[in-house]
This record gives sequence, structure tokens and C-alpha cells, in this order.
Amino acid sequence: MLRKKTGGVAIGPRLSSALTELTGGAIDRRTFLKRSGLAISGLAAASALKNGMVTKAEAQTAAGAMEIKKSVCTHCSVGCTVLAEVQGGVWVGQEPGYDSPFNLGAHCAKGAAVREHAHGERRLKYPTKLVDGKWTRMSWDDAINEIGDKLLSIRESAGQDAVYWLGSAKHNNEQAYLFRKMYAFWGTNNGDHQARICHSTTVAGVANTWGYGAMTNSYNDIHNSKAIFVIGGNPAEAHPVSLLHLLKAKEENNAPLIICDPRYTRTAAKASEYVRFRPGTDVALIWGILWHIFENGWEDKEFIRHRVWGMDKIKEEVGKWTPEEVEKVTGVPKSQMRRVARTMAQNKPGTVIWCMGGTQHTNGNNNTRAYCVLQLALGNMGRAGGGTNIFRGHDNVQGATDFCVLSHSLPGYYGLKKGSWKHWARVWDVSYDYIAGRFADEKLMQSKGIPVSRWIDGVLEDKANIDQPDNLKAMIFWGHAPNSQTRGPEMQRAMKKLDMLVVVDPYPTMAAVMHDRKDGVYLLPASTQFETYGSVTASNRSLQWRETVVAPLFESLPDQTIMYKLAKKLGFADEMFKKVKVENDEPFLDDVTREFNGGMWTIGYTGQSPERLKKHMANQHTFDRTTLRANGGPCDGDYYGLPWPCWGTAEMNHPGTPNLYDPSMPVAEGGLNFRARFGVKAPDDWGGDNLLTEGAIEGLSYPVGNELKAGHPEFTMAMLTKLGWDGDLTAEERASIDAVAGEKTNWKTDLSGGIQRVAIKHGCAPFGNAKARAVVWTFPDPVPLHREPLYTPRRDLLPKYATYADKQAYRLPTKYASIQVNDYSKDFPTILTSGRLVEYEGGGEETRSNPWLAELQQDMFVEINPRDANNSGIKEGDMVWVKAPPDHTGGEGGKVKVKALITERVASGVAFMPFHFGGHFQGEDLRSKYPAGADPYVLGEASNTAQTYGYDSVTQMQETKSTLCRIEKA
Amino acid sequence: MARMKFLCDAERCIECNACVTACKNEHEVPWGVNRRRVVTISDGKTGERSISVACMHCSSAPCMAVCPVDCFYQNDDGVVLHNKDLCIGCGYCFYACPFGAPQYPQQTNFGTRGKMDKCTFCAGGPETDHSDAEFKKYGRNRIGEGKLPLCAEMCSTKALLGGDGDQVSAIYRERVIARGFGSGAWGWGRAYPGGGS
Repeated sequence: MLRKKTGGVAIGPRLSSALTELTGGAIDRRTFLKRSGLAISGLAAASALKNGMVTKAEAQTAAGAMEIKKSVCTHCSVGCTVLAEVQGGVWVGQEPGYDSPFNLGAHCAKGAAVREHAHGERRLKYPTKLVDGKWTRMSWDDAINEIGDKLLSIRESAGQDAVYWLGSAKHNNEQAYLFRKMYAFWGTNNGDHQARICHSTTVAGVANTWGYGAMTNSYNDIHNSKAIFVIGGNPAEAHPVSLLHLLKAKEENNAPLIICDPRYTRTAAKASEYVRFRPGTDVALIWGILWHIFENGWEDKEFIRHRVWGMDKIKEEVGKWTPEEVEKVTGVPKSQMRRVARTMAQNKPGTVIWCMGGTQHTNGNNNTRAYCVLQLALGNMGRAGGGTNIFRGHDNVQGATDFCVLSHSLPGYYGLKKGSWKHWARVWDVSYDYIAGRFADEKLMQSKGIPVSRWIDGVLEDKANIDQPDNLKAMIFWGHAPNSQTRGPEMQRAMKKLDMLVVVDPYPTMAAVMHDRKDGVYLLPASTQFETYGSVTASNRSLQWRETVVAPLFESLPDQTIMYKLAKKLGFADEMFKKVKVENDEPFLDDVTREFNGGMWTIGYTGQSPERLKKHMANQHTFDRTTLRANGGPCDGDYYGLPWPCWGTAEMNHPGTPNLYDPSMPVAEGGLNFRARFGVKAPDDWGGDNLLTEGAIEGLSYPVGNELKAGHPEFTMAMLTKLGWDGDLTAEERASIDAVAGEKTNWKTDLSGGIQRVAIKHGCAPFGNAKARAVVWTFPDPVPLHREPLYTPRRDLLPKYATYADKQAYRLPTKYASIQVNDYSKDFPTILTSGRLVEYEGGGEETRSNPWLAELQQDMFVEINPRDANNSGIKEGDMVWVKAPPDHTGGEGGKVKVKALITERVASGVAFMPFHFGGHFQGEDLRSKYPAGADPYVLGEASNTAQTYGYDSVTQMQETKSTLCRIEKA
Repeated sequence: MARMKFLCDAERCIECNACVTACKNEHEVPWGVNRRRVVTISDGKTGERSISVACMHCSSAPCMAVCPVDCFYQNDDGVVLHNKDLCIGCGYCFYACPFGAPQYPQQTNFGTRGKMDKCTFCAGGPETDHSDAEFKKYGRNRIGEGKLPLCAEMCSTKALLGGDGDQVSAIYRERVIARGFGSGAWGWGRAYPGGGS
């Protein structure tokens, strides 16, 4: 086996001659293991170290110095390290990043193709606008001036809330933070990003169960799992490198891999048990499993007694889900349900993984909470090998969520209350009055804005029905594909009605071509993450620092520069960038990191200074591949990427928290317990029970080393005083605390980090120590309930499992019952669901513009079961129309013309479409509408054109995983 | 002496196509030519299995046996290479190859084939190592740089292994022991009968 030897010289033309000269050389054992491609198995370690080896050729030196730049893949949330070979400013090669504990050199098709940036042929190359139907090149200055003037005039005539700021999970953390800050300084909450339509129901459901709305463990921690339960996720295509970790557990722990999905996915092909169920019946399925667990007494009673509130109420609901009822609703055979329940109960700890298949439903928040309850019942939470491993989608959707590029919160999930604004005003070093003055009024300042899933309703809905002064007039798509949102024909009408449409993106996206406009559209070329630097948060909450690989291509600019130029034009750049060094209109991102380090106390984004993150990137090889803990070296004791919460200031040197809520370690070393987020006592109408943890067992009731040895509320200055721990604060910390709110300052608003430091010194989690709540009394369904999708084919299950009543939410009328009451199942008999392909990502514009990827998937398609195809006279490869039921106003629904793929991957009665295609609209090829040379290689219909109305009852997540359609030959 | 081999572990391959795009990336292979591809059997059905296929650099390579202009050569590492200057694009090697490895760029409307192109195990070709000519005709010469084929190095699940056959077998053997069964070493019996060197 070949391996690299440092300090070697290039020799001989052929390997054989190289071998003969070097057989006596020293062997780098670790490099060998990595190169062997099997370091992950651990077993290879003992095997022979042969003496054959080759030096790294230094032939490159002949053509100029080759530099290696370290970045992170910009596709999914695994966070694979990308090693870029750069020569004379050109990205000439890509090497596997073996040192990364996340990917150990591995990539999927997308990660292995990111060097296409060196070509970037189909990129947007310069600012351009639509003039009388023609794309016209313009300068950056003119573009910013024209766009800025228009925004200011809309602000004048229709108010701040008439402009919509749609941000991106493709921003790095610093850009996401700046973007959130930018629309705060503009004076609106009408901003959002992809998290709304990917995992918003997860974040809401999970955070309301035990405190934080994120993946609890890590991809690497799955090595410790004795069972793996995946529901509504296809990681083999969506997170391929995660399979490296899953398959290790499967092979070495003999862990059963249970895949629950309506579709027999590529992941299901690797399963030891595949459970096919009807889309939209997740709660029924999980309660069906729990029914067996409770029936047989397989639940972890000790764990529940100490750490869970409300399981008795869950039990009542679960009691209704007999095997017969579950089979009737989900279609899963009774015997299989029992087998799955027994497998999960007998193989502990087990992990539960879910993705969009669970989240994108009108009752998505019920699904995510049901998954959590399953893990609580099994006692799998807060331990290595267990947890809810929620795989996020984009490379930085976790970070952009944490910085709340959302319409309902400020960075760090602080919310929108007056106190939250005051906290951030202190961090920003501006007065509360200044910020409040930017908004139309304090009521709008504190009310949730319109979510991205509903922006079209913000444009089209009658002004009288919207809880803001006027309709949306301008839409800014900043790194966000419109084909990821449903209701295509209505979206086209909304785009046409706008006064201005701005796209800021490395690629034109479908927003550039589907609007049917002649003017008022601007395309601004943004740089990608390989053309700038900054931190990015992987799904496991670890932060990684990217280096700039190459300078911005063509006339593109990094997001932070475009934001600065725009803020300057709009008149708030000086206030917004007060604490940040700016050169040539480009803000220095290390300063931005330090700024948010000073404010993100709630979730512990405070200890990850740029210096610490860079040190981790430079010493990746010192971190253990399973625990992620550095063993010796400059980062000794740290967890890789300082997974949040990384408490206190960077100087406090907290190592990060590898697995959330794990009391087997002291908080100072990454241990934790469930958060006391919901008070110390349940409301009286819910029994008024104690919510703090019970008992006094170290490592169960409280983390190791907790001096209080019991449950406790979250820390405030008053509490420190009462405990007599206030003397531990330094004089500076004390002064800072007094300046905020004296005794009322808490662990979230203390800008010195002193309260957190002292709490942790005494072994306590700053956020308190309470039980998880299996029942969320603040949600529409406190106990998660099964509710049929708005467009259900199972009319026989109504009204028993009917949906919600219509209501007003997020400033807009939101329909439920008034849609479900219509029976569309006769004319639209097929269930439609959607999902990912490995080659593409998101709306797909970037990946479809990459020829190495585009060649592999050239046609948009719909998967149809052979039985359904034969009944409709459809043959493999035929063009078919997939038609949606009427829209919510009764108008004609969307339709897409796609190729038929006949396969048993989907069950009879179910059809599947991938959601990455765009550039065709209801049968029309829009290629001629792209700016010259910026059309992606592959175009196709967007599945969401034919996706329908339906939004989660808590978060407004769109329901794209279970609707109806009719498929007919075109 | 190393004997270079590929091994694709069908128990691990998830058809993510990283090997395909890594190859395109490393060698700037044009649209339409795939030195490596992933083949899926029983697609969408129970028993679905995927394997990544390219030139296996067979011990006694059928392509070498049938080539009328004798453009193939096997180097000391067992890597089967060819000389594009000699190749006449006749396609015999394609018929002989049990793995469908040889590729031909379409050059004219009448279907004449261009020079055959195939996986080089990232070992370049007969031109001077690391020369422009070598890169243009055969792609990067990673072996000459002391690196292994990029497809195997970047494989998402380490299903595809590439390197010294002894070490590849050692890795696979240990994996099989952990797993308790082994059926995944697709194509080895055919490519390397009797162990092959």
C-alpha cells in the first residue's frame, strides 16, 4: 500500500522504482491507517505494516508552489473537510482530507466534485438587470444604488414590512449573523431561510421537549449505537458520508438498521429491517411501537421517573394505538411492529435518526415530538450511542438556524420580546431606542414575521387579512431557490405582482426565469464559500473554520461585502458594523465571530473564538474518531469543533458538549442534563407537578460533580447570591452583571459569562436541571396526535383523525379544515411525496451547473409503481403529467411534465419526485430566459410546482411529503 | 513488490457516485466518458446492491490479448495501461473486457470511435511523468506522486479500496471477520484468478 512520507523527494517515473529506493524508510503509521481506507474500522490497525512506500512527489514544484487550503464541503451538514490544491491562485486539485474525524477523507458525488469551482462556467458573472425582457449588464455601484433607492421608496410608501429578506443556509455563521442583523436594522421580522422548510418542526418540537432544538449526539457517536432507527430519512443519498458511521455500527456492533420509509430507498437497501408505511402516519407508527413497549414493560422506568414528565399522558394516547388500529392507519403488519419494538428494546442504546420525511407535514411538530418520546421511553437520551440524531440538510443550516435567520426569533433563539431586543442592542452597542425606531412600531417589532413557506401569501392575500400594514412589495432571494417552495402557479403570480425581485446568488436560480416579468428583476453574483472564509456549523453542533481557497470568481463578491454595500446605501452601515473592521467595503469576519461570541449565551456559541476554531482545523488529526475528543496535542480535552454549548468565554476554555444532556460527565467536561426551560412546575390544569429532576443519583438525576445534587432552576444573579456563590465572581464580571440588570441578570443576559462560569465551577448546568416534557402544553396538540394530511386519500379515517381548524398564524390566514373537507381523492388518487438525489442538492441550480454531477442525472422523473403504471397505460420513459388538486382558492392546481420511472421502490398508490430540478415550468422549457451562459446544464420541472397548500400548526413548515396528485400520459 | 488492485465491497457501496465524480475531477474527463461508473442490481427491490466498476487491471488482461496493435502494457505494479498514440479505436478490447471498462469518445457522426479511454489506476501513461501531454491524454499521475487512486481515496463509505492487493485483502478480510460474512468482493474471482499477481 502506498503511503506518504514527509520530507521525501520525488523520484523515478514509476512506482516500482520508487519502491525499491525507499523500502527502508520510516513509516507513518497513522497515515497508513488512513490511506488503507479502513481506519474507521479500527480492526485494520493491527494488520501488517508493509515496508513498501512512496514519497509524495514534488514534481509540482516545477510549476510553481502548490498550496493546500483547508475548507469544508458546501453541500450537506456532515461537514466533510475539503483539501484544495491551489497553484498560482488556481484550484488545480482536490485531495481527501483524511485528518477530519467527520469524513476521514471520504466524500459523496457532490463533495468529490466541488473543484468544479475552478471552472465555474455557468456562474452568474456580473450584476445584471432585466430591461424590457433582456438581461442587461450593470456595475455593482449602479445595482446597489438602484436596488437601494427602490427599497427606500417602498419603505416610504408601504412600510418596512413590505420588503422580504430571504436568507440562506449557505451563509457561513458570520454571514448568517450579519444577515439577521441586517433585516433587524432595516426594521422588519420578515426574513427567513431554508430551515423553515426543512427542520423547523424538529427545532420547535425537540427544543420544547428538552431544551435545545438540535441533533443531540453526532455522526461519529453512532459508532456506539447498538440499534439504528431511521424514519423519514435517506442518508445514503442525502448524507452519504454519514453511512460511513452507520455502517461501522452495523458491521461491528451488529446493530440492527431499521429504516421506516414509504419508499424503499438506497438506505433501505442496506437495512436489516425495512418498514414501509403510508406517508403522513408517523405518529401512528411510533405510537404503535410504543404500544408494544408499554404493553411488555420494556420502557426504562428509572429513567422516566427521574428525568421525564408527562409519560402517563402519552401512555393514555398510546393505549388507543392497538396493533389493529396501527395496521389500519399506517399499513404496517402487526407482526412487524412487534418485532421492531422488541428490537429497539433489546438493543440499547439505540439512536433515532430523522429527516424531512418526518418534518414536512401539517402535524410535523407532532411527529418530531413522538420520535423524542420514543427515545425517552427507551431511556436512550443523554447517553453515547443513543440520542435523537437529526440530520440537518445544508452545510450551515444548523448555524443559520442558530443565528435565527428566521421570522420569529433573534440570534441564539432569544425570541422577539422587548428584553430580547434589549439584550442584542447591548451586544450591538446601539441603543434599544435606535433599533425600535427602525421598526414601524413596537408591536410589529415583537410579532413573528411571515415565513418563507408563505411569502407568496404575503403578496397575494387581501391586505385586510394580513397582520401588517401592507402586502409584500419586494422580494430578496439571497441564496435561496424558489423551487424549494410549493404552489408553483401561485408563486409565479406573486413574483409578477412584486415591485422588485432581487436575486443574490452564485447562480441565477429559478427565480431568474419563472417570474414572467419584463423588468424589475436584478441578479447579483455572490461568491461561494470557497471564495471566502469563516465558521460553519455541522449537524452535530461542531464549528469548523474555512480558509479562502480562491479569490472571488468573475465580478462576484462575498455576501458580507454585498451586505455592507447595501447597509451603507440604506443608511445603517455605521451602526451595524460598529464593532467590525471594514476594508474596501469588506467586513473582517473574525470580528463578526467575536461579536456573536459576546451575545450567544443561550446556546453556548460563546467559547468558539476564531483562534480556537483555527487551532482545531490545524490539529484535526489529534481528535478521536468516535468520541471527537482531542487526546493530547494543542487541543487536549476539547471536542472537535467545540460543539455547542461551548459555555462561557473562550478564555474559560470549555471543551464543548459532544452529546447533549449526558449526566455521566461533569458539565465542565461536556456533561449536561435536560434544560429547565418550562418553569419548575407544570401548569395547574396539567396537574401542577414538579418539573425538576427527581432523586439524587449522580449521573442520572444530575451530572457528575453537581454540588446541588438535585434538580434546579436556571441560574440568575439572585440565585448565585442565595447559594452564596456570588463571591466566586471577579470584580469585572460583577460590574458587567450589575450594568445589565443587577440581581435580575441571568445566564442568558450576563455579557461577562460570569454566571455561567460560576455555575459550571460548582458542577451545575447554567440552564437549570429539569425533566424532559413528553407533553408540550403550549402546542396545539400537547400530546402528539395523528392527523391525516390536508390532502388525504383515506377519507374513511375522517373525522376521527381530522386536521386542525383554520386559524391566523404568522400574520396570515392559515387553512386546515376548510381544505381537508374537500374530497379530492377520486380525481387525484395517488399520494405524492418527494426527496433527494445524491448528485444534487437543494433547488439544484449549483449542482445542475456542475457538469461532473449533471451528467449523472439528466432527466427529471416521477417514480410510479408498476401496478399503477399499468393501470394508467404508462410505460417506462413515457412523458407524463403529474397534476395537483385545485389550489386553496379553488383555482387550477399546478402540473409538471416529467419522465416516468416505473419501479417497485414506491408502493402502489404512491408516487415520488426528486425536488432538485428547475428551469421548466408546467411543460415550458425556460432555458432561453436565463442570462447568456448562466443556464444550468440540466433543467427540469420543479416537483414543488405541483405540490400543494398545507403548513405545520406550530412552525408553518410546508407539507410536501404527503399530498395527492393524478398522473396521466402526456 | 506491490500488485495494485481495486476491490468494491458491495455490502458498503451506496451508489453515491463519489468515485465517478472524483475521477472526473482528477482527470478532467469529458462529458460522455466514464472511466468509472456505479452499477446497481435489483434497483428499487429487496436485494438491491451497487458496485463501482472500472478497469480492474486484470492479471492476465483480455484487452491485452486481443489488441491488434498491441497498445497495452502492464507495469510492474500490475496496472494495465495503454498507449493512445498506437490505439486505433477498433473496440476489440471493449468486447473482450469482462467489466465494460473501455470507453470511446464519439468523434464523428458516422460512429467512428476515438482513441480508447479507460481507468489508469491514476498512473498516467507512457508519456513523461507529470507532463502536460500525459495529463491531457491520460489524466493525473497520482501514483507517480505517491498517492493512490482518488476514487478509492474519496469513497464515502470506504466500499471501494484501491492499492496493494495484499493490503486491500487484509483490510477486506478484517471487515468480513467483523461482519461475520463476506459476499461483497465483487469481481475478484474473475479479475484475479488464483490470487493473481
